[in-house]
This record gives sequence, C-alpha cells and structure tokens, in this order.
Amino acid sequence: MSNSPNSQRPPAPGSPISVRPPRKIAPPRNARATMVSVKDLSIGWGDKVLQEHLNFEVARGEVFGILGGSGAGKSTLLRFLIGLETPLAGEIDVAGRGTPDLTKGLPPFGVMFQAGALFGSLTVGENVALPLEEWTKLPPDAIAAIARAKLRLVGLDGSSDKFPSELSGGMKKRAAIARALALEPEIVFLDEPSAGLDPVTSADLDELIKTLSKTLGLTVVIVTHELESIFAIADRVIMIDRETKTIIAMGPPKDLRNSEDQRVRDFFNRTPKGS
Amino acid sequence: MAASSIKRDDSSELEPGKYSIQREGNQVHLAGDLRMADAGAIWIELTATTKNERGGEIAFELSKVHYVDGSVMALLVELRADLASRGVKAELVGASDRIEPLIDLYAGHEGPTRRKKRKPEGTIAHFGRATAETIEEGRSILDFIGNMVMAARTILRRPRSAHWSDIPRLAEKTGADAVPITLLINILVGFVMAFQSARQLKTYGANIYVADLVGISLTRELAPLMTAIIVCGRSGAAYAAEIGSMKVNEEVDAIRTLGLSPFAWLGFPRITALLIVVPILTILSDVVGIFGGLAVGALDLDITPIGYLNETAKAVRGWDVMTGLIKSFCFAVAIGFIACQQGFAASGGAEGVGRRTTSTVVTSLFAIVLIDTLFTVIFRFFNV
Repeated sequence: MSNSPNSQRPPAPGSPISVRPPRKIAPPRNARATMVSVKDLSIGWGDKVLQEHLNFEVARGEVFGILGGSGAGKSTLLRFLIGLETPLAGEIDVAGRGTPDLTKGLPPFGVMFQAGALFGSLTVGENVALPLEEWTKLPPDAIAAIARAKLRLVGLDGSSDKFPSELSGGMKKRAAIARALALEPEIVFLDEPSAGLDPVTSADLDELIKTLSKTLGLTVVIVTHELESIFAIADRVIMIDRETKTIIAMGPPKDLRNSEDQRVRDFFNRTPKGS
Repeated sequence: MAASSIKRDDSSELEPGKYSIQREGNQVHLAGDLRMADAGAIWIELTATTKNERGGEIAFELSKVHYVDGSVMALLVELRADLASRGVKAELVGASDRIEPLIDLYAGHEGPTRRKKRKPEGTIAHFGRATAETIEEGRSILDFIGNMVMAARTILRRPRSAHWSDIPRLAEKTGADAVPITLLINILVGFVMAFQSARQLKTYGANIYVADLVGISLTRELAPLMTAIIVCGRSGAAYAAEIGSMKVNEEVDAIRTLGLSPFAWLGFPRITALLIVVPILTILSDVVGIFGGLAVGALDLDITPIGYLNETAKAVRGWDVMTGLIKSFCFAVAIGFIACQQGFAASGGAEGVGRRTTSTVVTSLFAIVLIDTLFTVIFRFFNV
C-alpha cells in the first residue's frame, strides 16, 4: 500500500486547482465516438436568423471551442445545443439525443452558465447535491459525500456550507462546474468560463477543464472569446461570424492563426478593424 | 478478522455493466464496472461491510475493476476518510493504469481530510445572532432615514437631482393600473358591510341607517385601509423588488458614480407617486364602496337609490372624508419609505431580493394597521 508518485494534497479553498500530468482513463465499454452532431442547423427567433447552415461534430474527449466576435451568437448557439431553444431548421444530436427530447428527463450533459447560475437560496453543497437528489436514489450520506468530493475536485473543499453570495466570481464558476459534473455526464457545456476572471484564476480554470477532459475522458464544448484559454485548452474550434451568419473557420486553433481568411486571422491575432 | 462475503456476481464472469464486492479478511475486492447507476447499492454494501471496523487496516482492492466513474470514486474516497476517523488505515490498491488517474484526481491516495462538522447553533448563540441582526436592521433603517433627509436637502437646493420625469410612469403603474382591482374590492367591501348589517338594522326597523353605517365606516376607515393594503401588495412589493434588483446588479452604485443620490433619484419619485395616487384611489374607493352598500339597500332593504344617497349625504361630513384622506397620505408615505428602505437594504442576489420583498409587504401591513389605530385614537380623543 504505497502512495502514488503523482499524489498531492487537495487544494485549499480558493487556492489554485491541483495540476497533475493528465492521463486518460478508459471510456465505458459502450462509448459513442461522436458526442455532438450538428447538421445544417439554423438558429434564431421567428424571421430573425442569427446563424444558418451550421455543420460540425464533436468527438468524445475533445475540448471543442465555439468562437466569434461579440453578437455573433455564440452563447445563443449554446442555448440551442442544450435544448433551451428550438432550432429554425436542421438537426442537433447530443450523446444520442436530439431536439426536442434533449431536455426531456435527465439531460445527457452538464452546463455551466456564464454567471454560474447557482441557486442563491441553497448552499454550494446543496447546489451540487440537488441533481443527485432529484435524479438518483442514492442515500443522503452518499449524496453528501459525492457533493463534497465534487467540490474538492474543483478546489472548493470547505466551501460546502457557504452560500453563492459569499463566493468570488471564480469560485462561483468552479462551483457551477462541480454542479455540472454531479451526475457524471459524458459532456459538459461551458459558457464563457474565463470571462471576468483574473489571469491566474482564469489559468487555474483552464487547467481544471483540461485535467477533467483528459482524465475523465470528458467532452467539453466551450463558448469563449478568450484567446489564451482557446490556445491553452481547445483541441478544435469553430468560428462563427455575425456578417455571413455561418461558420467561417474550423480546426485546431494554432492552424487558424494563419488562416487564409482575413477575418479569422484578425480575430486570432487581435488585429484592430481597419488597420 | 473473519472473512465475510457479500459477493454480488462472480467477477471472472462479469458482464459489462455488472460489478461485484467481496470481503476477504482485511481486503475488500471490487470488480467489474462501478457506475453511478449502482452507486447507491455499492455505498450501502461498502458501509455495511466496514461499519464495525475500529483500528487496524483495510484495503480496497481494485485490480479487477474495469471501469469506475467519478461518483463511485468519490464514495470510495469518502469511505476512506470515514474509516480514518475511526482509526482504520484504508487504502485503494491494485488499480490499473486506467483507473489510477481517477484516484489521483479525487485525491484517493492523500491523507484523508478531516471533516469539520458544523455544530448546531445553541440557544444563547441564536439569541445573540437574532439580537445582532435586529440591531443591524435598526441601524439600516436609521441610515436610510438619514440618507433620505440628506437627499431632501439636495433636492431643495437642486430640484433636478431627483428623477421627477419618472413620476408619470410610476403613477400610472401604481395608480391607473390598480384602479380595477381597487374598485372591485371596495365595492365588495361596501356590499358585504351593508349585507351584514342589514339583518340587524331590519330587526329595529332602522333600514335607512345602513347608508349611515356604510358611508361613515368606508370614508373614515375601510376605504383608506383596503386601498392601502392593495397598494402595499402591488406597488410596495414591486418597488422593493425593483430597487433591490438594481442594488444587487450594482445599478444603485452606478447612480452614485454619476454623482447622483440614489435616494433622491429612486426614492423620492416613488414616494411622491404614492402620495399622488393613494389619496385618489381612496376617494374612488369611497364612492364605489357607497354604491356597493346602495345595491344592498335597493335590492334587500327596499330603500330607493335617491333615498340612500340622501341619507349618505346627511351622514357623511366633509371631515369624515378628510380623516380618510389624512390616513391615506400617511399610508402612502409609510409604504413608500418601507419599500425603498427594504429595496436599498437588499443583498445576496435573487434570494435577498425575495426576502426584502416579503419583508416589505409584512412590515407595510403592520405599519398601516398601526397608523390606522393611532389616527383612530387621536381623532376620537379630539372628538373629530
């Protein structure tokens, strides 16, 4: 009975999240290869089309970024992917479930909303325990144990009894990730996880996402326009454009930096308009 | 330690998705797929097989585990911590290279962390906390009054510092939009009062005095009271929620950074709007309440509408209406002050705003009844 050479102490509350060399765990035996499939999707409301003819797939274990300028519809696309809105046209398949069945019953994914969307009347621990109470028949002590472990996983050990209003922005986002992971989803959707965070907290969060993806084989779909995060964690990205209302680039972020498309190059190289 | 077995399935023949747990001496052998779907059963079996452990060592042997998800790993790590609190050294051993990263991720090889159990609050601590909260609330009210006085001074020096152009919108929402419900409730109040008193007065042949009873009761007491209760529930709660949401969204701070007083900008227009509309609603309530009584008089007591109105005009003096209006002004100020104070005191997100909104309604209702009682005693004392 010897300790693992990679072992380290669990992080203290609010401290940087533990960084371990990620090693990939085997997926379940009946694993699907493609976790998200989008075919000829048009999104918008009524006559207003925000994006159209969207086609892309996300593979198991991939960290997939949705990029675009302000107002391009990144967060809106995420709302359609998680079944909160009904597409104007096209098909969405997430872990074998398509619209309109995506949000019927237990969704096959976890979601972290931009501001965390933690329930203010519940403690952080109760927030994480809520989906377990609603969707499993686990005994209360097991639910409490899992909630504590999930919070420890995201570096919030000891914050279980705090209310969301007592947490900083970064801690709220981490708690929201813990809640999103509570039911062991195979895929998580993250909306702007680094927005509004200081560089260190942002880097911690990136590291956590990368570790979860590599270690748990978790598929991550992330909406962001933080270039550093994109280069740090994304395996592949799509870039949607407000003017043309469709995908203008797809591939690994490093490749897109040298894209032939001026708009994509400008985005990745932070070139001001008109220069 | 006697060997015990809680074998669920033969691990060598486990199908995908099945698991087994087997106790042999100080080793617990786990095998197969350990998934969240079975986490409840796994937890119950593991806690049952280790519940009598005190001191010594125990190993959870994972060499035949093919797959384990985060929830079951969390339970194993938690069980390890629980055993450590009983003096049992527990380890997760034999895991394959596929499982080992997950153990690392959940800190399954670390020294178990001791859980601090939150002690329930004692009676003295509870009393102390409640007292501190009451003092803090009192301080917050005094702070608000002070700020409103300062804002009033600012407005007197610079009238444009209040958002007066917001008053028509507020008056419409508080007054015009509340007219249907206020009229409906007050006509029913007049109707019910007349109906309840009709039988008693009929006995003495004093049918006509229903008009006196309804007229005086409504104008002096019930119309201002019912109107204030409706305004408190509709507009007081809305004001508190609106200002509270602005406070938690830092909009109140934004007003301050623009060099404006949020109390002048948000508070005074709302209180002014209430001062305008509550008396108007009260007068409308007086009128429709009397017509509610008239309906009973005409239908049940054989009093002609003209006769009923003449009797009401004889009974109700101008001063009766005025006492109701004086009360309604005071109710308006109380509702406005309480709603704004509670809104400005909101904190802690949606839950905090909800708490302040509820508090606004409860406190305003208490204040309304208290003011009504005080005025009734004062008017009686001066015989007016």
